[in-house]
Amino acid sequence: MKEQQPKSRVSARKRMRAMGWSFLFIVLSAMILPSTSYLFTSDQVYAQVNEDENQRSNFWRAVRQGNEGYSAVSGPETGVLINNGGQNWRQIRNGVISTYGGWAIIGSLAAVLLFFLVKGKIRVEENLSGLTVPRWHVLERFMHWYTAAGFVVLTITGLSMLFGRIVLIPLLGAKGFSAWANLSINVHNFVGPFFSIGVFAMLLFWVKHNIPNATDLKWLATGGGLIGNNHPSAGKANGGEKVWYWVVILIGLLAVCGTGLALIGWMEQLGFGDTTRASMQWMHQIHAISAIIWTVIFFGHAYIGTIGTEGALEGMTTGRVSVEWAKQHHDQWYEEVKDQASVESSSSAVADASAETSAT
Amino acid sequence: MARMKFLCDAERCIECNGCVTACKNENEVPWGVNRRRVITLGDGNAGEKSISVACMHCTDAPCAAVCPVDCFYTTDEGIVLHDKDLCIGCGYCFYACPFGAPQYPEKEAFGVRGKMDKCTFCAGGPAENNSAEEKEKYGGNRIAEGKLPLCAEMCSTKALIAGDGDMVSDIYRERILKRGGRPQTWGWDAAYSKST
Repeated sequence: MKEQQPKSRVSARKRMRAMGWSFLFIVLSAMILPSTSYLFTSDQVYAQVNEDENQRSNFWRAVRQGNEGYSAVSGPETGVLINNGGQNWRQIRNGVISTYGGWAIIGSLAAVLLFFLVKGKIRVEENLSGLTVPRWHVLERFMHWYTAAGFVVLTITGLSMLFGRIVLIPLLGAKGFSAWANLSINVHNFVGPFFSIGVFAMLLFWVKHNIPNATDLKWLATGGGLIGNNHPSAGKANGGEKVWYWVVILIGLLAVCGTGLALIGWMEQLGFGDTTRASMQWMHQIHAISAIIWTVIFFGHAYIGTIGTEGALEGMTTGRVSVEWAKQHHDQWYEEVKDQASVESSSSAVADASAETSAT
Repeated sequence: MARMKFLCDAERCIECNGCVTACKNENEVPWGVNRRRVITLGDGNAGEKSISVACMHCTDAPCAAVCPVDCFYTTDEGIVLHDKDLCIGCGYCFYACPFGAPQYPEKEAFGVRGKMDKCTFCAGGPAENNSAEEKEKYGGNRIAEGKLPLCAEMCSTKALIAGDGDMVSDIYRERILKRGGRPQTWGWDAAYSKST
């Protein structure tokens, strides 16, 4: 008896262990075994379901998704019964673009106005000595104003197309606005390509002034002098001007001008693929969104270049800026050109600039 | 008031393009403009279906929603028409239309398209009914004469039906009931057994 007791204790432990494993085995089997049926039946089950599917709805579902058939009427996409993209395009144009685009433009103008009221005009700190340095060559100034004039025309005509129905029809009436819209769309389509040439010229002429560097990061970090007391250093173009330049090139030239030329069919002529409804819908959306972004940032550029900064506009009108302005805003560039400082046409430049400023 | 509707019975359409020809003749649209077209889906395969499509005169028309000059209007009969004196040929209605209905007479440099043209349900346009001006700009006005669109009137198999939506759906419902069959019965299977 004495020897048997530990034996039974061992066998009890063994039995418990066996029970534990069996229990685990049963639980796992209960979970796994039912799913093994998939190994044998899956193909047959699904094949059967396929045969029972509603073939009629499958056929028309494919049509609804825009598959193309044959049509004896020739022309692009005449074989497509349902154009699906139109729904999205309408919702994005009439919803996202006109709502947020409208507020973005109003918001940008309000922000510029608010900035002017709070901060006022950025003055030239030192007294003007009458000495000036050359800033923009006459060709560069022509290129700038040529493109700027095109930009203003295209913005007004483009915004007329997007917001005219809401804003201008109540003012001009249906017939009056139709006449204006007809002029707008044709002017927009004709001026666009010539404007694009101007923007492309900017890419060629000014890319060398606009390569980003470490100075620009410091300029941007201080908000161009808004944060802190010292005016940050800058070369011929400061950080902000470089940001604007790359907005013009990347958003303006690539997104806006590129899609604009595609929309009037020039990209097709140049062999960049067919102009389809889908491509026109995409191009139009990209064109409208990026053009609004461009316009929103443009208001800032126009403000800073004219009434926002004393002495800045004359660089683009007379081509020369005062030595004091150059020192204050573009110290590194001033070091390069200070040898060329002279009194040439400075008085008239200052007079012109102040006259223009007060006029604006 | 009746709401005018087109319905094309795909089981009946034989792709004769008679509707396309009738439309061109009645409305005298320029070369290259086709207010109506017939599309054959699965062309050449068993169970191909043909369907005639033009402006479907949508109740909430996408073309009207996107038109920058707001030149579309819906008549009392539910026909969607547009005013060519206001149209600027921007092409937005063509981007938005699910059926590719809007047509343009020109395709020139600088994106000039000319004024949009589309199916009028043979109801002309805003000009005086059956005047020379209306005929030239919008084509015929059969609705003003108490007639239905010529495409449907001339359809040889009566696949294309036009008229008051209630009557059109009654005719179609009657056809479906006579044809019988379940939705699975489709194409070849509708006429022959599966094993054939």
